Amino acid sequence: MQTFSHRQVTNPAKHFARRQTPEWDGGGQLAPAPGPTSPGCTVRQRAERLHARSRRKASGCAAMKCVVIGGNVKVLGKAVHALSRIGDELYVEPTENGLSLRAVNSSRSAYACFLFAPLFFQLYEAGGPDAHGELFRCKVLMKTFLAIFRSLPSLEKTVSKCLISLNPRASRLVVQLHYKYGVTKTHNLSFQECELLQAIFDKQLCTSTLCASARVLVDAVVHFPVTLAEVTLGVGPSGKVSLRNYVDEETEPSKTMVTELCLSEDEFQDVRVPQETQVTFCLKEFRGLLSFAESSNLPLSIHFDTPGRPAVFSLEDPLLEVHLVLATLADSNASSQAQTANGACHKCAADEDFAVDDLESYMIAMETTTGEEGAEPPLSPTFPVRCPSPATALEAERSTLASDKDEDEDGAVPGTPPQKKFRSLFFGSVLTQSQARAHPTPSQEVLAEDSEGEC
Amino acid sequence: MRFRAKILDVACLNHFTRVINTIAKLAKTCTLRLTPGKLYFILTDKVANGGVSMWCELSQGNFFDEFQMEGVAAEHNEIYLELMPENLSRALKTAQNAKTVKIKLTNKHCPCLTVAVELPSLASSSRIVTHDIPVAVIPRRLWNDFKEPSVPDFDVSIYLPVLKTMKSVVERMKNLSNSIVIEANLNGEMNLKIETDLVSVTTHFKDLGNPPWVLDGDSQNSTQDRDPETMAEARVDIKKLQQLLAGQQVNPTKALCNIVSKRIVHFILLHEDVYLQYFIPALA
Repeated sequence: MQTFSHRQVTNPAKHFARRQTPEWDGGGQLAPAPGPTSPGCTVRQRAERLHARSRRKASGCAAMKCVVIGGNVKVLGKAVHALSRIGDELYVEPTENGLSLRAVNSSRSAYACFLFAPLFFQLYEAGGPDAHGELFRCKVLMKTFLAIFRSLPSLEKTVSKCLISLNPRASRLVVQLHYKYGVTKTHNLSFQECELLQAIFDKQLCTSTLCASARVLVDAVVHFPVTLAEVTLGVGPSGKVSLRNYVDEETEPSKTMVTELCLSEDEFQDVRVPQETQVTFCLKEFRGLLSFAESSNLPLSIHFDTPGRPAVFSLEDPLLEVHLVLATLADSNASSQAQTANGACHKCAADEDFAVDDLESYMIAMETTTGEEGAEPPLSPTFPVRCPSPATALEAERSTLASDKDEDEDGAVPGTPPQKKFRSLFFGSVLTQSQARAHPTPSQEVLAEDSEGEC
Repeated sequence: MRFRAKILDVACLNHFTRVINTIAKLAKTCTLRLTPGKLYFILTDKVANGGVSMWCELSQGNFFDEFQMEGVAAEHNEIYLELMPENLSRALKTAQNAKTVKIKLTNKHCPCLTVAVELPSLASSSRIVTHDIPVAVIPRRLWNDFKEPSVPDFDVSIYLPVLKTMKSVVERMKNLSNSIVIEANLNGEMNLKIETDLVSVTTHFKDLGNPPWVLDGDSQNSTQDRDPETMAEARVDIKKLQQLLAGQQVNPTKALCNIVSKRIVHFILLHEDVYLQYFIPALA
């Protein structure tokens, strides 16, 4: 399955606003609802399109209605909190298999999906399909939806029932919370119709699997600073699992603290890793899922493959299925750098028993260098490098790395967000094979075409 | 040059962590001096620091169950390292229920102080967390920069009021002004004053007591001749004072300050076995 061929675009926000490629919008008929107004399209034209669509929908489409009671309200709330760590929009899709809540981040390198089975609800009506045979789906602003479920303790204590309903003829998604003492809060959220958000992934194809209770993983990540962006998960020989903070190539390694945690195989419920491997993924997005997992008491499975291929984190229960798909760093430099940086990369530091603590040779080298430079203070790794030769070496290295990255892209545009090296997940075609052949995958890196010609 | 040390006792670990947290609040980067008997955290008065300097001394025996070091040379059996205490603080933060904590000097991609924490776990083998904190080794020819500061020729020496009270006063004053005047006399009275265009606030402390310094030479005469009512004062940056007070997590055994009028304020804080000196220069 050759799904992850796209590299990260220079300015994801710019591309996200444009019209999607045929592989994306599952039909090519409807122009998907853009976030900001697409350039070249007047407000009137856009309003007409939406109006036409809602007329189509109005014909013969039954309303969606779900009712959640008791402790499940808090579970729903926690799910929304976890999804809010991923993206700014919540995709709501009622299906026959249950209600699915999804989110994706702006750079398309993280995707999460919570599927609540019909039995999770006291009442579940997915609503009927529209004239085109499609079930209704929409997206709402995450901020708004999260605000409803903001305070989890109060949800637990005072909310007895939560009703979510959608009448396509109306233009609002209704979330109604029933509190104690007869108080009801009704939230009418505006939504946008949207394309299907579905990341293509298959857990079965991942070569490595780890399964652990959420508690073990929560205790593991607590040692890393809350602001840490990326973490490297590695499995070494004899089943030792390690977590290490990932140090960007651009950061000077001699200025950054490196933290590594080693867990033994028996802390995990299942370790199926055929060979030593390491993957680096975003910790912030993972933490969101972890806190959900901890409260749900379900074991967490991690499925991963070679660096660059996405890692899938899942929780499963008869009533709930959760998947978090994170892109992993494809940079092979990362693993080799880590090896030289931290001599004991595969073995945990414990095994090493202080073998490398003689600084004699380093001191001698340093004293000789400073002797040559005369009165100049010595090169201190915590001071910026002043001596010309090491600096140029460092710059040369950086420019080689930069050129490797840039070769596929247009080159950094000033003012755009820094390029991330995570490949974006492939949100693949939901067309049938024949249709897919008619719209071949573009060879360029962008996921969405220009919308100029469209409106 | 080698260094390795181990902490086994939980109380010692907590105490050591508290000391490191205090240091981390006072200095972004500082020098760690290791000798066979003591550890020192030193900050010299560079312009970059705003002229403050710090000297903190701990006896290693009070914290470590094992402590071995070998300095740069036999006759100079000491190690001077430059590090960011915040890193050490972070490493120790999640180690509070550890079985053992080992600290050693290593040479990975650069010289590092490696903190290896052994945590209890449900599995048969313990969980190990290692933190590699990058450090810079300070060569012997620069060691003279890090000498112990001498007690200045002060005008008034006075015990500080309860630090918690002093801290809350200074914190509120910080919102109103950038500088604060500390003044005290030999009658055990201390005032903290701020003055702006709109408002001036003074907090008075009484009956604080003055430490009996045993001085030699001329200085003794000058202090004895001094009128006990006369205030010695210095205007200092309020943030520096606030940092010092905020870093004190436990009330010290002894806390006093020496004021050199219009020049410098010298604080001495003694927490059981940790001796901290902090100098804040007066503003022009």
